[in-house]
Amino acid sequence: MGNFVVWMVWVVAAFACLGSGAAVVSFSNPYYSALALIGNLGSLAVLYLLLSAEFVAAAQVLVYAGAVMVMFLFVIAYLGRHADAPWAGGPSWQALGAVAAAGSLMVEIVVVIGLKASGRLSDAPDISAGFGSPYEVGKLFLTDHLLAFEITSIVLLAAAVGGVVLGSHARGEEEAA
Amino acid sequence: MGPALTWYLAISAFLFAIGALGVMLRRSPLIVLLSLEIMLNGANLALITFSRHHGELDGQIFALAVMAVAAAEVVVGLGLIVAVHRRRLDLDVDKLSTLRG
Repeated sequence: MGNFVVWMVWVVAAFACLGSGAAVVSFSNPYYSALALIGNLGSLAVLYLLLSAEFVAAAQVLVYAGAVMVMFLFVIAYLGRHADAPWAGGPSWQALGAVAAAGSLMVEIVVVIGLKASGRLSDAPDISAGFGSPYEVGKLFLTDHLLAFEITSIVLLAAAVGGVVLGSHARGEEEAA
Repeated sequence: MGPALTWYLAISAFLFAIGALGVMLRRSPLIVLLSLEIMLNGANLALITFSRHHGELDGQIFALAVMAVAAAEVVVGLGLIVAVHRRRLDLDVDKLSTLRG
């Protein structure tokens, strides 16, 4: 019974994930694309929960679906109708090349993973109850991966400074406008 | 026991490919950024799947670092888009070609 429920949750989350991913790329209105991406991130969080990555799922909903997507929606609202991006009639060989490149990327990923780990991927090892909990993740962040933790803070500081610099009116910009 | 880990990897491959398609096909920088997020999330799903496969938490740590970098990238990208819009330029990645060599 529990097995069946897990499968049902997985199937719903997987199809929501794939469908909303395709919707993000294909909508012409960026507002709908951003809303579809929120759905995509939410269904990915469900998949993370099924992989017993509780803390990452919570961070995904808080950081991505919460903070980042709100910023996206603000900018799209700020741009107004300038943000509309209908499918432009570019040269068709460009579109064909893009489809071929994306398809070959997918085939490449599938082949590499299949060659490398096909037989051993079906059975996941038993894990302790604390796997993926904030306690375990925080302990790793502050011991083994302290450097990554500190570098993340520097990256975020640089991004904040960059955002302020880009957002403030640069000198000479008023004449150009 | 739920679905095998291979299926999660199939989803992550599909997400990465469809994100790459959006990055290459669409010409609005906003949708290019949104597609880039899909690519990053496909990579994150693969990282977390392999973390579960090995029973080690390091993949989840990497996924969290990817999330932080993605947030930084969105700040800078959206700042650039707003700056481009303020200069009354078209929001079209094909027309922003001043730096082309």
